[in-house]
Amino acid sequence: MNRLLGEFFDVDVIVDLFPGLLTEAIKNTLVFTFLGFAGGMALGLALALMRISHSRWTRWPAAVFVDVLRGLPALLVIVFIGFGIPIAFPWIKYPFPKYTPGCTALALVAGAYIAETLRAGIEAVPRGQMEAARSLGMKYRAAMRRVVLPQAFRLVVPPLTNELALLFKDTSLLAVLGTEVGGKEILKYVRDAVNRTGNTSPLVAGGLAYLLITLPLLRGVAYLEARTRAAR
Amino acid sequence: MIRVEALRKSFGDHEVLKGIDLDVAEREVVCVIGPSGSGKSTLLRCLNRLEEPTSGRVTVNGTVVTDPGCDLDAVRTSMGMVFQSFNLFPHKTALGNITLALTTVLRMDRAAAAARARSLLERVGLSGREDAHPAQLSGGQQQRVAIARALAMEPAVMLFDEVTSALDPELVGEVLAVMRDLAGAGTTMMVVTHEMGFAREVADRVVFMDEGIVVEQGPPSAVLGHPRQERTRAFLAQVL
Repeated sequence: MNRLLGEFFDVDVIVDLFPGLLTEAIKNTLVFTFLGFAGGMALGLALALMRISHSRWTRWPAAVFVDVLRGLPALLVIVFIGFGIPIAFPWIKYPFPKYTPGCTALALVAGAYIAETLRAGIEAVPRGQMEAARSLGMKYRAAMRRVVLPQAFRLVVPPLTNELALLFKDTSLLAVLGTEVGGKEILKYVRDAVNRTGNTSPLVAGGLAYLLITLPLLRGVAYLEARTRAAR
Repeated sequence: MIRVEALRKSFGDHEVLKGIDLDVAEREVVCVIGPSGSGKSTLLRCLNRLEEPTSGRVTVNGTVVTDPGCDLDAVRTSMGMVFQSFNLFPHKTALGNITLALTTVLRMDRAAAAARARSLLERVGLSGREDAHPAQLSGGQQQRVAIARALAMEPAVMLFDEVTSALDPELVGEVLAVMRDLAGAGTTMMVVTHEMGFAREVADRVVFMDEGIVVEQGPPSAVLGHPRQERTRAFLAQVL
């Protein structure tokens, strides 16, 4: 029993993880998550609007993009952006290299999933809403922005929150990329600590760090879904 | 004010409008009646191209609506439409529902838009309810807000698509009262309805449609009182 505690809950090893676990690992994980999500939302909205367009020249490229990004493992996309592009195009230098490749890859993957979520939300808004807006003389863009999208977003808050939680966990995949000084996210940080100390406790600490964020988020999703069900 | 010429509309293989010719004069109130599936709502929705006509011509206030080059948004502003399912914007208050198009389409400033909205809410009998959201209003109240929303754009024509069909019977009266009031004020109206009493009292002309064509039309006393066509008689026998 003591041995188990020593293997997984070695206090000295865990204390040594600080402050880096907070000031570097968790901080970077949060940065990757929020920038990836923000980028994913922007991309996802653009793709969703393209997917519902009347013109097939707008619809098809968006559909292909979404299908490919959803069909590829996120890790492949990350390795592609992090290693593949620099190898193929050596003259390309990412600005802010600590965050750019990771956030870009996460935004691409998240964007594809968010696109489908937003599209479903837009299509769930009753057609009469757009008809009423257009019959007043509102242009398509204004009707979308002021009538349809506000309602669509409200509908998709639970799945979007879920996506946020998933993205937070996917930041762990960035561990395969080389990191600048001070650029480690949680998984890489604790895995390096495991190698350094020969002790498994850092993984437990890392796991707790993830759960600290994901559990409230997932509870939040369940609560929001229940509220949406009740309101209907 | 409205001229419909040889209007046809098909949904795939199914021809719903089989060549409609119809005129509505300024300040005239035309009620369109007929069995379900007769194409009445489709006709109304073709006027502002919510449904795209398959062929034929629609002219509203001098503008050929069916012309691909026409400014459809401007034409739609001049045609107020009220829907069977109200279609109020649930995330806006009663006032907000009315002011949205005033600010985004007519580019009125907020104060002027709110003032106009308030006066219209008063006109439809909902002065105290401007901050209510649609979910807090009864069906009849929602429909009256919808009428105010369309009126706010100061349209040349008002189109009513079975606006009382989805209401509980005791709420129908308050909506018909607003419509009667509009008719009395000289509004040009085209009303698709099942309310024969309203048609008899308020309409200048009643148009009976069946299976995609206009079967007969004339003053209410004629069409409802002494219908010439057998189909009209059969329909009225069922509903009156």
